[in-house]
Amino acid sequence: MSDAAIATTGAPVPQTRPQSGGFWPMLWRQFRAHKGGVAGLVVFTFIVAAVFIGPYIHTIDPAKLDIRAKNQGPSWEHPFGTDNLGRDMLAQVLAGGQISLAVGMAAMLLALVVGTLVGVLSGYSRKLDGPLMRFTDLFLALPLLPLLLVIIMLFRDTLRTAFGPETGIFILIVFVIGITSWMHTARIVRGDVLAIKSQEFILAAKSSGMREHRIIIKHILPNVMSSIMVSATLGIATAIITESALSFLGLGFPPDFPTWGRLLFDGANFLQINPSRVLWPGLAISLTVLSVNYIGDAIRDALDPKALKH
Amino acid sequence: MFTFTVRRLLFAVPTLLAISFIIFALLDLAPSDPLSDLPLTIPPEVREQIRLAMGLDQPFIIRYFKWLQQFFINEPLNIFEQITGITVGSGERMRVLSWATRSPVVDLIVQRLPQTLWVVGLSYLFGVLIAIPIGVISAYRQYSWFDQIGTFVSMVGYSVPTFFTGVLLIVVFSSWLQWFPSIYDTTLVVNSWDSFILQVKQMFLPVLVLTLFNVSQISRFVRASMLDNLNMDYVRTARAKGVKEKIVLLVHVLRNSLIPVVTVIALGVPTIFSGAIITEQVFRVNGLGQLLITAIQGADIPLVQTLTFIFAILIVLFNLIADVLYGILDPRIRYE
Repeated sequence: MSDAAIATTGAPVPQTRPQSGGFWPMLWRQFRAHKGGVAGLVVFTFIVAAVFIGPYIHTIDPAKLDIRAKNQGPSWEHPFGTDNLGRDMLAQVLAGGQISLAVGMAAMLLALVVGTLVGVLSGYSRKLDGPLMRFTDLFLALPLLPLLLVIIMLFRDTLRTAFGPETGIFILIVFVIGITSWMHTARIVRGDVLAIKSQEFILAAKSSGMREHRIIIKHILPNVMSSIMVSATLGIATAIITESALSFLGLGFPPDFPTWGRLLFDGANFLQINPSRVLWPGLAISLTVLSVNYIGDAIRDALDPKALKH
Repeated sequence: MFTFTVRRLLFAVPTLLAISFIIFALLDLAPSDPLSDLPLTIPPEVREQIRLAMGLDQPFIIRYFKWLQQFFINEPLNIFEQITGITVGSGERMRVLSWATRSPVVDLIVQRLPQTLWVVGLSYLFGVLIAIPIGVISAYRQYSWFDQIGTFVSMVGYSVPTFFTGVLLIVVFSSWLQWFPSIYDTTLVVNSWDSFILQVKQMFLPVLVLTLFNVSQISRFVRASMLDNLNMDYVRTARAKGVKEKIVLLVHVLRNSLIPVVTVIALGVPTIFSGAIITEQVFRVNGLGQLLITAIQGADIPLVQTLTFIFAILIVLFNLIADVLYGILDPRIRYE
């Protein structure tokens, strides 16, 4: 909206740029131009739908033992075959996917909240900037995978007794992955906040007597949303990979509690007899991460002002 | 430049101290008993003596400073003595001992280091050597079929976790084709042509897995950095004054594009060490990663503390190297 337009018409200004609507329609239009991103979105939606709706169609209980039907190849009854105890692989992969995706999302959310909080605070307040950024640097210098393993080894039993075997380990894994992956978000958000803080509309909001926390919520956060979204998609991918790596090293979820990484770990011992036990969970992890990475790439391209295509 | 390096080195000291404190405190204050794995038939007074022998009766701060002294003063002095043969002081000092094996932690690490260095080092070297040409060609022929395939493959290589590629390669090459062994045999002594071939064969799969991962990561950076530089004015100037295309690409553009890539390569070295933990586990390479895993599973606290701290030192060190390299390579960067 330009001053000249207001001066001449006075009436509501007609859209001067018919192409650009709000933020979301524009983002969607840019996103659609990225073929890989669209393919990634389709695949990811399919995986999420399969994992959460699938168990209603394929109704075999993933924990049901059937020793007589052990180590079977694919059949109509068991499309992915069965494992060494005769449990249905498809049902296990679906159940494992629910946990893996839930861990990925929850850990990503935790990392985003911590990262955004640290980023906004250190970008907005000059006093907190130094200490918070040193703190972030310190976290970046920690050897994360060894520390993750150590923390899980040390706190597993305590949390298990406190919250029960499943919830305890879920809380622990989400917490450690989230708490060790917020640093990049914090840095990116801080940079954005620093750039936005010096713009006039913040000054205007300040001089109109708006409270600091209202300025942060109403003006700063919506403007850093775009970089947070890119971090969010990439965060899901890393969280899923980290969780499967932990399970693969035998330090993740307990054996009777399938996740994709755990299924892969268990299947690796039966490689000679039944390679498909490794193939399906591995493919599920890889496809999910690949599609999420493509979505992240597409969002980044769509938000990149240098790559703006009208 | 020199003052900058010195200042960064000085800044690294408090960082490392803070990290060492975090690692020590985390492991020490955790609610798990180091004696919980011992049989229940051990009488309480013997248990108490084991505690004394482990030094667990002393307060936390004392143990922390003792560990610091052992790690930063005693062990380096020991290494110095072994290399030069000069005995400093009495030559009798406390060493960091592993609880599980009762041998000095540093000796265990020295035993395991060569395997890790060979596998990780070779794969990183191959990764860099393969990634640079791929990145250059895909940037120069942007949107060609080579670029399309290259970008897709690097995206796949970057997304598929190494524990899946490793297991997949074992299925194909060890189980079906039986070309390569699936387990790394460390006792193999290379003293003849045949044993050398065996060594190459058993290193092939782990190196291949890590190389694939490194190539896909580095080639993305090379491509992006080349693309940034190809649109610069100096490229147009060079072409306008009649410099051959080959020289424009390989001398002017490549040299400038490699500046950020070199820092990325330096920053990636420590992550590749911790990433190798998983690959070593898949192929049963008994390197540092497997040492860490067995130490964690056996609750061997001193070994875990020392290994984790060594990983932290690697990260801080290579961050420093990346910063200094950037200053040396790019004359536009001036650290004041």
